[in-house]
Amino acid sequence: MRKLALSDEILLTIEKPARYIGNEVNMVVKNPQEVEVRFCMCFPDVYEIGMSHLGIQIIYDMLNQREDTYCERVYSPWPDLDKVMREQKIPLFALESQEPIKNFDFLGITLQYEMCYTNILQILDLSGIPFYAIDRTVDDPIVIGGGPCAYNPEPIADFFDIFYIGEGETSYFELLDLYKEVKKQGGSRKEFLEKAAQIEGMYVPQFYDVEYKEDGTLQSFHKNNPYAKDKILKQVQMDMADTFYPEKPLVPYIKATQDRVVLEIQRGCIRGCRFCQAGMLYRPIRPRDINFLKETARKMLKNTGHEEISLSSLSSSDYKDLQELVYFLIDEFRENGVNISLPSLRIDAFALDVMSKVQDVRKSSLTFAPEASSQRLRDVINKGLTEEVILKGAMDAFQSGWNRVKLYFMLGLPTETWEDIEGIAILSDKIAREYYTIPKDQRNGKVSIVSSTSFFVPKPFTPFQWTRMSTSEEFLEKQRFLNGKMKEQLNQKSIKYNWHEAELTMLEGVLARGDRKLSKVILEVYQQGCMFDSWSEFFRYDVWMDAFSKYNIDPLFYTAREREEDEIFPWDFIDIGVSKKFLWLEYQKAKEEKVTPNCRQKCAGCGAKVFGGGVCFEG
Amino acid sequence: MLVVVRKYLEEVSVLKVRVKFSKTGSMKFIGHLDVMRYFQKAIRRSGIDIAYSQGFNPHQLISFAAPLGVGLTSDSEYMDMELRSSFSSEEAMDRLNAAMNDEIRVESYLELEEGSKNAMSIVAAADYCVSLKDGYPLVEDFQVKFDKFLTQPEIIMLKKTKKSEKEINIKPYIYHIGFTAEEFGNKINQNIGKTVAEQYENGQKVYMQIATGSVVNIKPELVMEAFCQYIQIPFQPFAYQIHRMEVYADLQEDNKGTPEEYGKNRKLVSLEYFGHTIGYY
Repeated sequence: MRKLALSDEILLTIEKPARYIGNEVNMVVKNPQEVEVRFCMCFPDVYEIGMSHLGIQIIYDMLNQREDTYCERVYSPWPDLDKVMREQKIPLFALESQEPIKNFDFLGITLQYEMCYTNILQILDLSGIPFYAIDRTVDDPIVIGGGPCAYNPEPIADFFDIFYIGEGETSYFELLDLYKEVKKQGGSRKEFLEKAAQIEGMYVPQFYDVEYKEDGTLQSFHKNNPYAKDKILKQVQMDMADTFYPEKPLVPYIKATQDRVVLEIQRGCIRGCRFCQAGMLYRPIRPRDINFLKETARKMLKNTGHEEISLSSLSSSDYKDLQELVYFLIDEFRENGVNISLPSLRIDAFALDVMSKVQDVRKSSLTFAPEASSQRLRDVINKGLTEEVILKGAMDAFQSGWNRVKLYFMLGLPTETWEDIEGIAILSDKIAREYYTIPKDQRNGKVSIVSSTSFFVPKPFTPFQWTRMSTSEEFLEKQRFLNGKMKEQLNQKSIKYNWHEAELTMLEGVLARGDRKLSKVILEVYQQGCMFDSWSEFFRYDVWMDAFSKYNIDPLFYTAREREEDEIFPWDFIDIGVSKKFLWLEYQKAKEEKVTPNCRQKCAGCGAKVFGGGVCFEG
Repeated sequence: MLVVVRKYLEEVSVLKVRVKFSKTGSMKFIGHLDVMRYFQKAIRRSGIDIAYSQGFNPHQLISFAAPLGVGLTSDSEYMDMELRSSFSSEEAMDRLNAAMNDEIRVESYLELEEGSKNAMSIVAAADYCVSLKDGYPLVEDFQVKFDKFLTQPEIIMLKKTKKSEKEINIKPYIYHIGFTAEEFGNKINQNIGKTVAEQYENGQKVYMQIATGSVVNIKPELVMEAFCQYIQIPFQPFAYQIHRMEVYADLQEDNKGTPEEYGKNRKLVSLEYFGHTIGYY
């Protein structure tokens, strides 16, 4: 029988013990004594969220294909268990072997959103690993970070030995081979890091120094170790057919956020929305082969027993073989009772045909993400969606019997006016009015419109990386204004308005474009008890504000400040292919309300062509 | 936008089978609802030709006999499934077991006679083995004290349900007690076979057959709590590992009357009694 790290008594008194026992279907079992490298993958949030992440499943499967490596998993212990572990001094353990993380060679942490940063410190703390990379010894695992937030790793740079800048499939094997070699020769931690720093995409923060100007911006960013590279070039998986994909993903016992097969149909996006970081980071777009997808879908459904499959991409409608794939999935799997979920789909003839082919789509709702209400503002953000398309799509769907619509908007976009904000209420109402033009005997009861606003956060490597972000007070004012306007609409009873928390967004803004000065603030709030900041019930804004003032840091320096063209950004040492010059030109075009055609219409010369493939070389 | 294409299936149920499975090790931390989800996915992985309910959100036609609480292990859990077609019992068991981890094992797969009542509705009693976990204080003269505990004319306990609390006399619902597998087996006229129950070094344990199900439901925890009260030691809920050994139906269907009569007139058979093995066609 497997020996568990936690006693029955603990497991039976905490919430959801299944978070901590491992042994899920398709878990990889190896003898830790028989491998040379032990790697623990961590998603620093609660199990149900972490288990829903495709990236970890890809790397888990990939690393475990190596006989010399055992990749295991760990997630953030929920506060109830966290308390018990501290009281009883139980070290954090991996789910597979139930052995302490401290015994591992690597701790790989995926960085999916900024508000998980305190949870990283929780993981290190409970594992008994020193917070600061420079304090670690040969007894500690190499702590490596990756994922979207690694594209500005500076606020947490001091806590990591390495950041990997790129897609997981490409460089890990080289790193593990190097680790084995250095270990065999009895090399030191520093020697390993120096050699790792020579692998493309590997950033070792302690080999770089930062100097600041009087005003707090960067004076210079340069290496202090001859082995380090001047620029870190993003690593990209260019061959999307012959690569790793988990055919046997883990199936948790408790319901994860994504309780379904996730099939990534393509990576990257041609659209170039100016607020969207993923759209820039993952350039160029690379579709997967249709036959690979069909075969993988079949295997994954068979191996998981899930009753739903979801197609994943930034914009499904841009996948060239989408129709063939969707019709295949419908024909092949509907008899087996499989739901097919198609996110980010444009409403067009094809979408309507798919809807008409199935009897029961009425329960789900239509989702549109116009992001901004006016055409002017949508041109600013380069969101190629017109009001005409939204209204027609909604009407087509209404006529097919749908009556629920969800709309997503952002508040605080650059150049936004009060009219733009009011426009959100007007557009929501227009859609409801459209619905009521259908004769009463032909419509399906009342219409329900749910409009949600999030607050815009400028992100690194987007055209808006220079832009000023609104303050919390401004956000709240905008939201209150909009709430009032919603109440003035004819169909206000059919419209529900949801909004995000302004204070959480403000902090996200600080961390997104932050620098190394912030690491002490993050450590301070963690030591004051902050973690699970992205969970509103645990978020403690006042503790963060106290920490900023303790270290004399003005959070508005990072958010509510328009940057100069030539300002050195903390993330400038990373080269994502898309050039800073292109981003600046895009920012200027945004202010001129000019749109940029998508990659398939016309190459905008962003720079991603250097990767030598994808859409840049189509046709 | 997001579109979800929902499955749509016609309801065709051709036969009913009853599956018996064991549950042990870390699976004891998986609650009843998650075990149901686990089986739903395992059934799909195994290729069992399960029938679905009709309607907008079709679900597999499966139902469980008596939910097992979190923390308990079992040799005999029962699940009824309605199928469109079936493999032989042997192949179906192999397929299900290949689709699951080794802490839940299918032990039998039997076709039910047409018109059989579903497992949930017929549960009347169950056998349990309650073991003291290592690391907790032993009770001296455990057997003597337990026997004496049972000689009380009545054992009044406060029984809590979601809706109410009431005092009941649990004694008539404690049908048999034993301290070894052999002794207990003799009392209930069964051979106690292999078990997946965890064994503890201290060896202190008690077997019990008690009323279970929708008419009267006595939990083994309640019996242990009564015993601890009787010998005046604090009841520690985590001190005991409770293991279910078998679940029974009562062939005396209209078994009513006083608790004492109810207890005496019973004619218990295991839930497997109502099914037969499916051979190769």
